[in-house]
Amino acid sequence: MKELDPMVFLAVFQEMLGPMLWVMLLVAVLGVAAFAALLVREGGLVSRRLVQSELLGLLGGVLALVIMARVSSSGFTDAGGPADWFLIALVYGMGAVATAILVYAILGWLRPRPKKGTLARA
Amino acid sequence: MTTDATPRNTASLAGRRRLLAGLGALPLAGAMGAAAMPAQAAARARTQARIVIAGGGAAGLASASRLAALLDGASITVIDGRKAHYYQPGFTLIAAGVKPQGYVISSTSEYIPTGVELIAEKVAEIDPEGKAVVTDSGKRLTYDFLILATGLELNYGAIEGMDTTRIGTSGLGSIYHSPQAAAATWQALNQFADTGGVGLFGRPPGEMKCAGAPLKYTFISDDHLRRRGNRGKAELMYMAQSKSLFGVPIVAEKVRMLFQDRGVKVHHEHVLQSIDLGRRIATYKTPAGTLEQGYDFINVVPPMRAPEVVRNSPLPWTEGPWAADGWADVDKQTLRHKRYPEVFAVGDIAGVPKGKTAASVKWQVPVAVSHLVGDITGKPSQDRYDGYTSCPLITRLGRAMLIEFDYQDNLVMSFPGVIAPLEELWISWVMKTMALKPTYISMLRGRA
Repeated sequence: MKELDPMVFLAVFQEMLGPMLWVMLLVAVLGVAAFAALLVREGGLVSRRLVQSELLGLLGGVLALVIMARVSSSGFTDAGGPADWFLIALVYGMGAVATAILVYAILGWLRPRPKKGTLARA
Repeated sequence: MTTDATPRNTASLAGRRRLLAGLGALPLAGAMGAAAMPAQAAARARTQARIVIAGGGAAGLASASRLAALLDGASITVIDGRKAHYYQPGFTLIAAGVKPQGYVISSTSEYIPTGVELIAEKVAEIDPEGKAVVTDSGKRLTYDFLILATGLELNYGAIEGMDTTRIGTSGLGSIYHSPQAAAATWQALNQFADTGGVGLFGRPPGEMKCAGAPLKYTFISDDHLRRRGNRGKAELMYMAQSKSLFGVPIVAEKVRMLFQDRGVKVHHEHVLQSIDLGRRIATYKTPAGTLEQGYDFINVVPPMRAPEVVRNSPLPWTEGPWAADGWADVDKQTLRHKRYPEVFAVGDIAGVPKGKTAASVKWQVPVAVSHLVGDITGKPSQDRYDGYTSCPLITRLGRAMLIEFDYQDNLVMSFPGVIAPLEELWISWVMKTMALKPTYISMLRGRA
């Protein structure tokens, strides 16, 4: 007996997001691909750009929480227990990481690579 | 064999992520329970069986989808006179001012699977002896198997003086009636939350759909008053029909504590008998006689019973507590009718203990369908429904308790150690507002 069926996930997400699901998946796949390609091309992370994208990532996490509150008709004082803090951390974390990766990839492909010597450790 | 795709024993699934697989929800968990999956991979059983599904609500549509996925060549017909489909778990959110009226409205036809016929007429007669169903235009459909999914009837007529056309006026609310009534109820509550006064809540005796809903609405009303700084101007009373606030004792006790905390006065064994809409007086039958109680706002929950077409058929219980209201006499674990083995009842019409909820539907339908398919293939199903149901019991706007239980009043936990069943949590509210409807719609389509 299958415990987990990806088709059910897909069905529920499709009902929840409609065509947005595919847009979001496309952005996610393209974003990660662009990020990975950049890493390969540059041979590592560029620390300055990484810090910039991480700073924006902090805002991205906040944005994710705002969107979450909006679509779930929630306020900002509704958390009531550990499971709630976990969910908040999860949403914030996903928003932050997704934003940081996207911003890093966009900046990397838009701006020329900085001078040698600024490569950060991975 | 197709039925092999469903679990041998649904009881063994108990608990683990059922809510999610079921009506539950976060996609995160969505998946568990093979019972949720209509054997996409398995071969469909070939058959010429004629299957009639009386009723195109949640239970009827979910049954149609599963049967269509499992059977090849069967004649499957859904009969329902209502063109609109209502996502009933959303009614409370409309009446809470959280969602617009359109949130719950779609159409029956959009969930009818390919190969299934929809007859947009009312079921006028059920003849299990002749194995036939007659529609209101006189069309007679004979069947090899009947799935009874008629839902229930809101018996507003049992409350003297009640007039459903006045819902939304003079402090009269009644959520269950329709999406329009739920929206009108919000108008009445919205006004009450500004002015305060006496607010009356409660539930009828007998079986009812989503017994948590009257409790939820009391909490929601309390919260709206508090948010506007008017709680001190209001007196909220909950008129329980029995000595308990909820059928599951541990939940009833928790609700008692919450009502005490929120200052909701509880009166037991108070049954709404009549209402004077003009003078705003509700009359209750109590052990001490009748009691007249004035109000500024009231949420009327009517008594519920089987639709007339079922009550007038040989299908209801003939004795016991469910005979009078006409609930179908089915085995509580297989949903198979006790006297007419080719008849199954799922959803609200099933005369089984506990929840009449969409979550019940989610877990009843695969069991009933597996037994029906087992009859066709000659390989009897071992699946059993253990009474699992769930209710995200809203305790204020933004928080709910995720309550799941079974026939034996056991609390069932989908997320042991993560989501405590009697804890007021935001995550449970998130499930209610975000994930339940997509999961429900997926269920209708046979995809969850």
